[in-house]
Amino acid sequence: MKHLLSTADLSKDDALLLLDTAAQMAATQSRAIKKLPTLRGRTVVNLFFEDSTRTRISFEAAAKRLSADVINFSAKGSSVSKGESLKDTALTLHAMGADAVVVRHWASGAPYQLAHAGWLDAAVLNAGDGTHQHPTQALLDAFTIRRHLVGRRGGGDPDGVGADLAGLRVAIVGDVLHSRVARSNVALLRTLGAEVTLVSPPTLVPVGVETWPCRTSYDLDATLADWQPDAVMMLRVQRERMSGGTGGAFFPSPLEYTRYYGLDARRLALLPDHAIVMHPGPMNRGLEISAEAADSDRAVIVEQVANGVAVRMAALYLLLAGDPSAEGNDL
Amino acid sequence: MTTDPTTYVLRGVRPLGGDPADVVLAGGVVAALGAPGSVDVPGDAVEVDGADHVLLPGLVDLHTHLREPGREDAETVASGTRAAAAGGFTAVHAMANTSPVADTAGVVEQVWRLGRDAGFADVHPVGAVTVGLAGERLAELGAMAHSAARVRVFSDDGRCVDDPILMRRALEYVKAFGGVVAQHAQEPRLTEGAQMNEGVVSAEIGLAGWPAVAEEAIIARDVLLAEHVGSRLHVCHLSTAGSVEIVRWAKSRGIDVTAEVTPHHLVLTDELARTYDPTYKVNPPLRTAADVEAVREGLADGTIDIVATDHAPHTREDKDCEWAAAAFGMTGLETALSVVQQTMVDPGRMTWADVARVLSVAPARIGRVEHAHGRPVAVGEPANLTLVDPAATRVVDGAAQATASGNTPFAGRELPGRVVATFLRGRATVLDGAVVEPAGAGAR
Repeated sequence: MKHLLSTADLSKDDALLLLDTAAQMAATQSRAIKKLPTLRGRTVVNLFFEDSTRTRISFEAAAKRLSADVINFSAKGSSVSKGESLKDTALTLHAMGADAVVVRHWASGAPYQLAHAGWLDAAVLNAGDGTHQHPTQALLDAFTIRRHLVGRRGGGDPDGVGADLAGLRVAIVGDVLHSRVARSNVALLRTLGAEVTLVSPPTLVPVGVETWPCRTSYDLDATLADWQPDAVMMLRVQRERMSGGTGGAFFPSPLEYTRYYGLDARRLALLPDHAIVMHPGPMNRGLEISAEAADSDRAVIVEQVANGVAVRMAALYLLLAGDPSAEGNDL
Repeated sequence: MTTDPTTYVLRGVRPLGGDPADVVLAGGVVAALGAPGSVDVPGDAVEVDGADHVLLPGLVDLHTHLREPGREDAETVASGTRAAAAGGFTAVHAMANTSPVADTAGVVEQVWRLGRDAGFADVHPVGAVTVGLAGERLAELGAMAHSAARVRVFSDDGRCVDDPILMRRALEYVKAFGGVVAQHAQEPRLTEGAQMNEGVVSAEIGLAGWPAVAEEAIIARDVLLAEHVGSRLHVCHLSTAGSVEIVRWAKSRGIDVTAEVTPHHLVLTDELARTYDPTYKVNPPLRTAADVEAVREGLADGTIDIVATDHAPHTREDKDCEWAAAAFGMTGLETALSVVQQTMVDPGRMTWADVARVLSVAPARIGRVEHAHGRPVAVGEPANLTLVDPAATRVVDGAAQATASGNTPFAGRELPGRVVATFLRGRATVLDGAVVEPAGAGAR
């Protein structure tokens, strides 16, 4: 792996290596001294063309715990506002000797361009691009699912190390059309053997979804009651989808959205006992998820955040230090 | 600088792909034409060896963006018409979306004069339908029609005349001077923020979709409007299988509609967007393989009347950026004939006579320049001609093209056919495959 751009690029072996390495990383985080010397002297740039404090600090924490030097580069503004061009930014980072660039961008495909346009030779980690991909989010989701539904239940390794997600059912609920989280998860969960059902109002699934390796449904109640998912992943609904701006509102009102697609205590009760509730954050409490659901025993939302650091450590480690068995790369 | 001889003899060429002939060009017209060795050749004639080369009437592009005035950093009338000559064109219709917009007699006359001064191809300005392309009120179409530029084609290209009553008025009004409205069919509300064809690929790669229905709905409305008011309609750069069906239906009803397809829509598909390379960002967007097949079939059966380039030069900085931030458009003047050969002639779906029809005769007729262009290859006709070597192949190199911009989607691809010579009223604008500067022009 030279870059991490899309979960669709990951083989099953790649995905398992990332998850298993993340489990090793997570184990080191319970030590008194959390910092590892692995990436000492390497430079990781967090290049954020779009605000995301959560994702940025997660990557920052991951890089710092591997002893990398971290530079935060906020390049907000679109071409419309005539900020520095993507190309010039890339050339600048190249000149500074960045070893890895973690990029968050409002434009789908910007990380792919950084990796392939020949502007810089650093490893590129996609930290979310437009409505395309957010691979580390999907990896942390898979890691969390594996820990809860394979590791702890299976009686084997508590983290489920080495195991895939074969046979597990995951419902992804909400704005699939605009969601890089949904696209990343569909590809990765499928690679790991899980079954996926997307649940959305018809206005929020893309034309062309029929070729995706998953089921789609417009009915959350039926999906929960009849399909009995092992995990339910709620997607954030952006405020602009509710107003009459570009493209108009995608549904009649927030209340109607909540009525049909919100996860509340009643719907929680339809799930099997072992099922977990996930959300990539930040949550709109009272819209896509009620406080009861968000704060219930089933919810693993805070743990997703913690696992995010371990997964991002694993990604940085595998891209920059390469073969984990190589000499000097002991964890 | 090359001296401009007045007499040429083209030896052994095949007019419209037919039997070999010697053709003498003198005094700006075809002076003699006959079996090899049978015609009298003046002693001072310049010999052009044309064995196995196809002689076509000079190509006519109904849809060219020359960018001047306003974006001379991307293209000028001079550089764009040099590219036209290199591609075998003797006439181009220059689109109105310049800065200032070509919505007055003054601007269209300026563009027309720049073309005449450059001397590489006849430039026929297209007038804007609405003031400033704003889609709010009609521009002074009559003044442009009666100007020195004699505008007959009107288009807000780049934008759609989406207001139905404004479109109706424009269709009606241009009847007074034999004009035609060339519609860029794009329902604006269905395409807000649109980046690429809406379908399987857009869903996967997360770029906002430009649905086929946004094109087809406007074409369906416009053909019905044209029927209702008895006007002539031209559909720009049709790109979907559904659009072909609608135009086929309209023609079967006797509606006076013509349609064009671009070379890129004859061969490229939306799969190319997976590279996120903005070179492939164009409006209307590249569609699916099924759409490509449908437009080829429509072109072969005459549903689509012409191939027009939609040559859209852009500067490096407008393409060296994120896909969503990049400009729409690709160049096409220097690759159009090769693409038509590759997609239509070589597979046996069209003859060279058909090529002359779709790239010269029909566009000249639609643009009302048929008195000078798209003429038969016959004695006494204006010597506006293109000589093609169909056996040649070349690898496209954007930097080596005559256009001032490098945004060709065919860079690195091997294409068949090479324009050996282009003649504009008997003057060679291209000879031995190289652009020839006009007599009296400084070396460039």
